[in-house]
Amino acid sequence: MDAHATREMPNAGPQGPGMRSYVLVWGALILLTATTVAVAGFNFQKIAIIVCLGIAAIKSTLVLFFFMHLRYERRLIIKLLMPIAIATLAIFIGLTFSDVITR
Amino acid sequence: MNDREDAHAGGRVGIWLFISTEIILFGGLFLLYSMYRLKNPVDFHAGSLELNRVLGTLNTVILITCSLTVALGIAALERGRPKQSAWFVAATIACAFGFLIVKAFEWTAKFHHGLYPNAPVLLSLPKGENLFFGLYYMMTGLHGIHVLVGIGVLSVMLVRVLRGTITPGNPIYLVNSGLYWHLVDMIWIFLFPLFYLIT
Repeated sequence: MDAHATREMPNAGPQGPGMRSYVLVWGALILLTATTVAVAGFNFQKIAIIVCLGIAAIKSTLVLFFFMHLRYERRLIIKLLMPIAIATLAIFIGLTFSDVITR
Repeated sequence: MNDREDAHAGGRVGIWLFISTEIILFGGLFLLYSMYRLKNPVDFHAGSLELNRVLGTLNTVILITCSLTVALGIAALERGRPKQSAWFVAATIACAFGFLIVKAFEWTAKFHHGLYPNAPVLLSLPKGENLFFGLYYMMTGLHGIHVLVGIGVLSVMLVRVLRGTITPGNPIYLVNSGLYWHLVDMIWIFLFPLFYLIT
């Protein structure tokens, strides 16, 4: 596949996926946006929160992996930075939530 | 690994570190929003109904599209087509202006309804709605500043691509500007459901 070809060439030519893949990712992002707007329109309250944030997580993963080339990154330090930032945020949010809702 | 690849990787580490700090910055605001929402569910519900979902969706589509164009701009440059790359970067800048114009319409409408910080109308509403609109202006405003900075950065990159100082062999400035721009898109991906969709 395209991905393996680029991985074996250190700095020669294109670094990421092909231009057609970008357009496909864009299509997926638009579809997910339409889905999340449709789900929000139904007024499911609690379920809508989970679905909307879940779709936002999927969309940002697509952006990170394909548009931002994280899927094709070879350096471990760069691969690790995002999980570290997200884990830090999860600790902040988790601890604050557990404090606020148990008062 | 040669020296150029090492320098390129160093530049990428720098921008990813910056992106991490931005995620913590906006993450703190998300946390604040969640906690206030938890404490004032009724007021936040009323506040979010005031927002224009159509304009919010339009802006989401605009930002996703200019994320695509900047990615295509980098791909075009790496494939040795600087002219095509410049067109894609220019399209990205145009989209960014489009986003800000829609945002300006939105904010103007809110201002007309007296829904801005410290406005008499807003102050007469419950405390929770004041929190909601405070966070709305703070978070979308901070994001808007990021869009403005993005326009500036991408404009410099456009000039540099046209002048030939960013080349297929040395695309790091454009690559990093692109990464920053995708971050701006990603933040909006979360702001959109938080303010416009969850009621």
